Amino acid sequence: MKFKDYYEVMGVNRDATQDEIKRAYRKLARKYHPDVSKQADAEERFKEVGEAYEVLKDPEKRAAYDQLGANWKAGQDFQAPPDWDAGFEFTGGGYTGGFGDDAGAHSDFFESLFGQGFRGAGPAGPGSRGGFHVGGTDHHAKVLIDLDDAMNGATRSISLRVPEVDARGHVTTRERVLKVNIPKGVKQGQHIRLAGQGNRGIGEGKPGDLYLEIEFNPHSIYRVEGRDVYLDLPVAPWEAALGASIKVPTPAGPVDMKIKPQSANGSKLRLSGRGIPGKPPGDLYVTLQIALPPATTDKAKEIYRDMRQALDFNPRARLGV
Amino acid sequence: MAKQATDTLNGIILEEEARLTLRELCDACVVNADFICELVDEGMLEPAGQEKSHWYFTGISLRRVRRAQRLQRDLGINLAGVALALDLLDEVDQLREQLNRLSVPGQE
Repeated sequence: MKFKDYYEVMGVNRDATQDEIKRAYRKLARKYHPDVSKQADAEERFKEVGEAYEVLKDPEKRAAYDQLGANWKAGQDFQAPPDWDAGFEFTGGGYTGGFGDDAGAHSDFFESLFGQGFRGAGPAGPGSRGGFHVGGTDHHAKVLIDLDDAMNGATRSISLRVPEVDARGHVTTRERVLKVNIPKGVKQGQHIRLAGQGNRGIGEGKPGDLYLEIEFNPHSIYRVEGRDVYLDLPVAPWEAALGASIKVPTPAGPVDMKIKPQSANGSKLRLSGRGIPGKPPGDLYVTLQIALPPATTDKAKEIYRDMRQALDFNPRARLGV
Repeated sequence: MAKQATDTLNGIILEEEARLTLRELCDACVVNADFICELVDEGMLEPAGQEKSHWYFTGISLRRVRRAQRLQRDLGINLAGVALALDLLDEVDQLREQLNRLSVPGQE
């Protein structure tokens, strides 16, 4: 087990006042709150900060923690000394209750120090009597899918780590694997709700729900917004100038598209219904990007020279030079 | 438990298919109706229907209630502050989407 330096986590000195600790906590909690932050490790950081605050905000727990000494460094191997907490009484005060409020949110380090003493005070503890029912909490997870999965629907295996309290009150995590259908037409950021698949309740309490947030893997050529799909389509100068019928990739396979003569660079064309299927289906927006043929051969250089002579073209005319 | 690993589960898309009464929303979020009414008063939720007994909420409401609960509890902000935070977070999400649309694929 690794030692956790709660002062370092909170970014305060060991002699910080309770007010300073509270201020540091509020600031960090806002920064890392999983509803606010998009940082990948936000939830983890938020829990870490919550755990540090759980200890430091409570003068009794803080005093006991301080007694371990200032020589410990974060990450060092740690074993709680026997009877280290003699003379302290942890009367609880409850959890700060982190994101997802699962009881197993705290680290092994925290559990080894404060786990036994005061957990019994909580409703989720081993002391809960018969007749005590609490509904299970909801479980949230993210699912990464590809654009193809949204186009055609897919099945995904999702593994969840479920905290469980055993008969002696220890919290362990168990892996649970679910197979879930990803419905066709699902959009980025939408949630799939699986009723009753969340954390189990206590007693006869109903289990919570499982929410899966859909996130798209970035695609190499398409961008997705809602059900609409965006594509930058390179075209040759003569295709844009003279008009052409060209092949365009779409998520469902290539289609032919007509380009009008005199199409400008950056023109947007809409292919109705060629986005992600649904009611209504999304559209495919194609932005023309005129690609310049390289002037690497004598032949190509000659053609560019001919254009310079034949065309009276000043691309900077609008800039007044 | 082993059985669950082999069955394929079908969920519903919360944002599109879910339609909840006040009672169902309360049950799903484990809150009492007063809390929901406060959120409606604050303009955070906009149920369809006139009378409370005929209110209908969309699936998005469910997420907003859960988010409001967490923000209130974890950050100690009052409901007006939560309402502001939710609006700003929605705006940030929209801006992120736009940014994502304008960015060149394959380059992060």
